Amino acid sequence: MVENRRWLTVLAHAVLWLGVLIIIFPVLVTLMASTQSTQQIMVGAISLIPGSEAGHNYWTALTQGATGTSNNAAWKMMLNSGVVAMLIACGKIILSLLAAYAIIFFALPLRMLWFWLIFLTLMLPVEVRILPTYKVISDLALLDTYTGLSLPLIASATGTLLFRQFFMTLPNELVEAAKIDGAGPFRFFKDVVIPLSKTNIAALFVIQFIYGWNQYLWPLLITTKGEMETIVIGIRKMMADNDSITDWGVVMATTMLAMIPPVLVVIFMQRWFVKGLVDNEK
Amino acid sequence: MQRRVVYSSRLLPLLFVAPQVAICLIFFYWPAAQAVKQSLYLEDPFGGISDFVGFENFQTLFSQREYLDSFVRSMIYGTLVSVIALSVALLLAVATMRVARTSGRIYQTLILWPYAVAPAIAGVMWMYVFHPSIGILGKQMVLNGWGWNYILKGDQAFGLMVFAAAWKQISYNFIFFLAGLQAIPKSLIEAAAIDGAGPFKRFRDIVFPLLSPTGFFLLIVNIVYAFFETFGVIHAVTRGGPAKSTEILVYKVYHDGVVGLDIGGSAAQSVVLMVLVIGLTIVQFKYVERKVHY
Repeated sequence: MVENRRWLTVLAHAVLWLGVLIIIFPVLVTLMASTQSTQQIMVGAISLIPGSEAGHNYWTALTQGATGTSNNAAWKMMLNSGVVAMLIACGKIILSLLAAYAIIFFALPLRMLWFWLIFLTLMLPVEVRILPTYKVISDLALLDTYTGLSLPLIASATGTLLFRQFFMTLPNELVEAAKIDGAGPFRFFKDVVIPLSKTNIAALFVIQFIYGWNQYLWPLLITTKGEMETIVIGIRKMMADNDSITDWGVVMATTMLAMIPPVLVVIFMQRWFVKGLVDNEK
Repeated sequence: MQRRVVYSSRLLPLLFVAPQVAICLIFFYWPAAQAVKQSLYLEDPFGGISDFVGFENFQTLFSQREYLDSFVRSMIYGTLVSVIALSVALLLAVATMRVARTSGRIYQTLILWPYAVAPAIAGVMWMYVFHPSIGILGKQMVLNGWGWNYILKGDQAFGLMVFAAAWKQISYNFIFFLAGLQAIPKSLIEAAAIDGAGPFKRFRDIVFPLLSPTGFFLLIVNIVYAFFETFGVIHAVTRGGPAKSTEILVYKVYHDGVVGLDIGGSAAQSVVLMVLVIGLTIVQFKYVERKVHY
């Protein structure tokens, strides 16, 4: 900063400490609760002192699930979430790369029509077309399948836009040089465009993986069998309508398990993700 | 957007663009068109016989007290969530910039990770904090005789939903505000300081106006988030209750359609939401392109 005002720096630290505390608090509570037994929680309320049931809670959560309205093993639900998130992230990246490549590097017939058609899907989130989309999926016999969980979500207006903008910054000389060297469209795509897009691909991957993992309404609609549930909707179903018979310790452990993979992805890929997010949406 | 040098094949690009276009048509445009169509018909959920009724579904919708209440509730909800999430994020971003040289990175990591937390999970975690019988703070609030019970009291439930939804969105706003602050040229701030402007005056006259495009963009994103993505928070914690006090529009469209099987009415609600999203998106692109600063 420009001038040194000590009290302002102290104030900034105080504000940040308070902010970080509020941000971390619910997770800390959940983490501590996941080490306590359900009886202990029911009698007293969650305590911030760690309990001794961590092993039992996490093992039960992973292998059996809570005894609520649905009892799914967390490993199975995490696997479902992981598969769906990977399919969505990879699908979105591949489809957007291809579409942007076609729009930028070819004399694509009706170019603007296709571009706007993809772009305007931004205005049609699942929430505004719930029942008809459900009907399409059920007519295609895709209820309770990985395809049904991921396919309708892999069109990506933001991804296409991101790659389109990036491709426009590539110098014309690059394409000319590649053509002179005899590289056809496939070769140019594979050996020039993809390697140059690596950072953007990594950024988009983080954002879309989290988007896929955290889906709620869509899996809620189209999964009817317990074994196809993703972990985010599984947690809600573990809580019995009557709070007093919910197996809280195990539910809390499952909540932690549901958060760990996407949070790790964000923390370890922080640099790409921040860049991707800011470049992507502005 | 045309480049000078292109490949001349015409079939190949059509093949490349086809998968994405197909998905858009099958899973976006077709269902959206169906929703518009159904909103103009009165449909029997069992027989599937339908009669064209024009705008009757919309008239019914807007004459229902429940729907109008839900509409107003969503507006209040959207405003509160956005204002809280934006102002807290801005405060944290400004504070992070102040200490950027020494510990900015650490704070950044500590603040941005909730981006990865699903809205439903954010709701559930705050439930563990404020639950009247097992919650770490909730139980204490009951013992203190504050009459705390969000499970039975509508305004408390609404407050909790606002809080959980805003908490989750802080990290997203923070990332953008921080990037916006970093993009402000240092020389501008230094020049103002030399001219005798103190830190608060500099913020008000330089930083804040230069951040306004970011702020405006975020405002729209936050409203869309509060209107649509918070479905998970509400479904996971209160299910619209107690007594519909947390039933915002997106929860109502789900509830009436999926649980209540009112196809025409739910479709009409979908169309109203569609108009809202389209409006917000147009505003966003019009103004963000033009850059809102003064």
